[in-house]
Amino acid sequence: MRAEQLKQEWFGNVKGDVLAGIVVALALIPEAIAFSIIAGVDPMVGLYASFCIAVVIAFVGGRPGMISAATGAMALLMVNLVADHGLEYLLAATILTGVIQIIFGIFKLASVMKFVPRSVMVGFVNALAILIFTAQLPHFVGEGWVMYVLVGLTLAIIYLLPRITKAVPSALVAIIVVSVIVVFGNIQVGTVGDMGSLTQQLPVFLIPSIPFTLETLMIIFPYSLALAIVGLLESLLTANIIDDMTDTESNKNRESRGQGIANVVAGFFGGMAGCAMIGQSGINVKSGGRGRLSTFVAGVFLMFLIVVLGGLVVQIPMAALVGVMIMVSIGTFDWSSVRTLHKLPRTDAIVMVVTVGVVVYTNDLSKGVLAGVLLSAIFFAAKISKVKVTEELVMREQKRIYRVEGQLFFASVSDFPGKFNFTDSVKEVEIDLTYAHLWDDSAIGALDKIEMKFAQNNIEVHYTGLNTASRQLKNRIGGLTKAEH
Amino acid sequence: MFRKILLAADGSEHSIRSTNYAIELAEKFNGIVEAVYVVDGSTAKSDVLHAATKFEIELKRKEKIKVVKDLLEASGVEYKTNILHGEAGPTIVDYVNENDFDCVVIGSRGLNNLQTFILGSVSHKVAKRVDCPVLIVK
Repeated sequence: MRAEQLKQEWFGNVKGDVLAGIVVALALIPEAIAFSIIAGVDPMVGLYASFCIAVVIAFVGGRPGMISAATGAMALLMVNLVADHGLEYLLAATILTGVIQIIFGIFKLASVMKFVPRSVMVGFVNALAILIFTAQLPHFVGEGWVMYVLVGLTLAIIYLLPRITKAVPSALVAIIVVSVIVVFGNIQVGTVGDMGSLTQQLPVFLIPSIPFTLETLMIIFPYSLALAIVGLLESLLTANIIDDMTDTESNKNRESRGQGIANVVAGFFGGMAGCAMIGQSGINVKSGGRGRLSTFVAGVFLMFLIVVLGGLVVQIPMAALVGVMIMVSIGTFDWSSVRTLHKLPRTDAIVMVVTVGVVVYTNDLSKGVLAGVLLSAIFFAAKISKVKVTEELVMREQKRIYRVEGQLFFASVSDFPGKFNFTDSVKEVEIDLTYAHLWDDSAIGALDKIEMKFAQNNIEVHYTGLNTASRQLKNRIGGLTKAEH
Repeated sequence: MFRKILLAADGSEHSIRSTNYAIELAEKFNGIVEAVYVVDGSTAKSDVLHAATKFEIELKRKEKIKVVKDLLEASGVEYKTNILHGEAGPTIVDYVNENDFDCVVIGSRGLNNLQTFILGSVSHKVAKRVDCPVLIVK
């Protein structure tokens, strides 16, 4: 059964997978180079990463047909590490990122994803798009109108060519056309070659040359943790999207572990940390890729192209890459969230905007996610801490009934006792908890306090409607606070 | 003649108009209507992004084609609904050809020449490539 399934995942769709893999490889090259430039490393670092990650994840990933490689989200997190400490520390951080992700996978922490609210995920995606876009702006500085025209031409080809033919990826055609114009027109603009060197050889196994000290660990750990979290966030989100697109299921914990293994391998072979890519995975599925073979072919064919055509790649003008990256940022941005922003609950909209704001301000996706999660937690606590108390007087029995509605816990009980009239001229008080739930000892403590204050005025207190869980909690810790007096 | 009718439905104004035609066809030929909603890649992305669970996504999509379903229900013709995944045009074409439908009813978005060039016309693609008659509702 297991072998049968594996065979299906690898060879169930050979023709579709091979073709889609080739299309993805062509689309991956410009992105891998552009993301390397964002991170501040040689193009080879992103290309090696994309090769290693795609090939490894084809074997160990949990979502067949999903494409993982060097990504913008991860590149943006490495900028400072590379600028302050250099490439070797980045490679070490990549390996540590993988180790953290493997641990996440082993302990089945994929389910922690559900604590990241949707509005934070939308904010994450939008912030990522904005950062990829703003990372392109420096390339315009000091360039003339030629740069703008070439970028415009790239974008025009990317968006209009698919109307005529979808057989070839339009981004690739745009790059070739613009490169040909620049080379044969002898136009002086910046090229990929200006951004770093490109070696036409396969990656080799290397242990990063860093001092193996606690100090090194302290430098790379914060980066690795942020990379691990952001990588898993984007990978699991992508897996969910591909699940939906193909109407199939996937193993999220296996994917987490696979992402980790892929990053460890990438780090040892001179690549930067990466994760799953929403856009490329979408291209793969649309091109007919469904199985593990498509991811494998994408990685292998990418490396083949670099080894064979590396000399040509350095001649690609930056204008073409900038155009491709603008297309990536437009495709990444969730435009529907802007259209529906005014319709969302106000708190959700605030969480989304704050997530984007923090990321754009700090240039750090993980900080934005953290801020968004914390803010939604506060909003959630505020929302459910509203407790409603209604009262009713039963004249004949000299009894007052208080009906409590809501969640009683530490955040909601502070002004709870203020809602009761302790100097009432009744003999008996009934507290109806049918529509309430007691959550913690703060809730029990508040009830004990209320009971005590009524007792001081010789008013007896009865409870009705306690649900089972609340009763158990009350029996266990109720009266403890009273007993001290 | 038109016993098995496929109705392309996305809950839009155009698909509501098409629904009425599909119902009339079904009544005339004693046919069965299958309303199909195709979720494409970018819709899948934004749906997954905005919903917490699979269940919620499914609910939202059913909500989206509820107008069409309600019309079919009220008409009394035999019908079913189906949600498919992929690019709208090719997915409908494959589904129709594989399942031997007798007729396809599909709305035209009424785009002008430039919009058609940029966005592409789903109804044209379907009309060109399915093996059965197609009713394009304007």
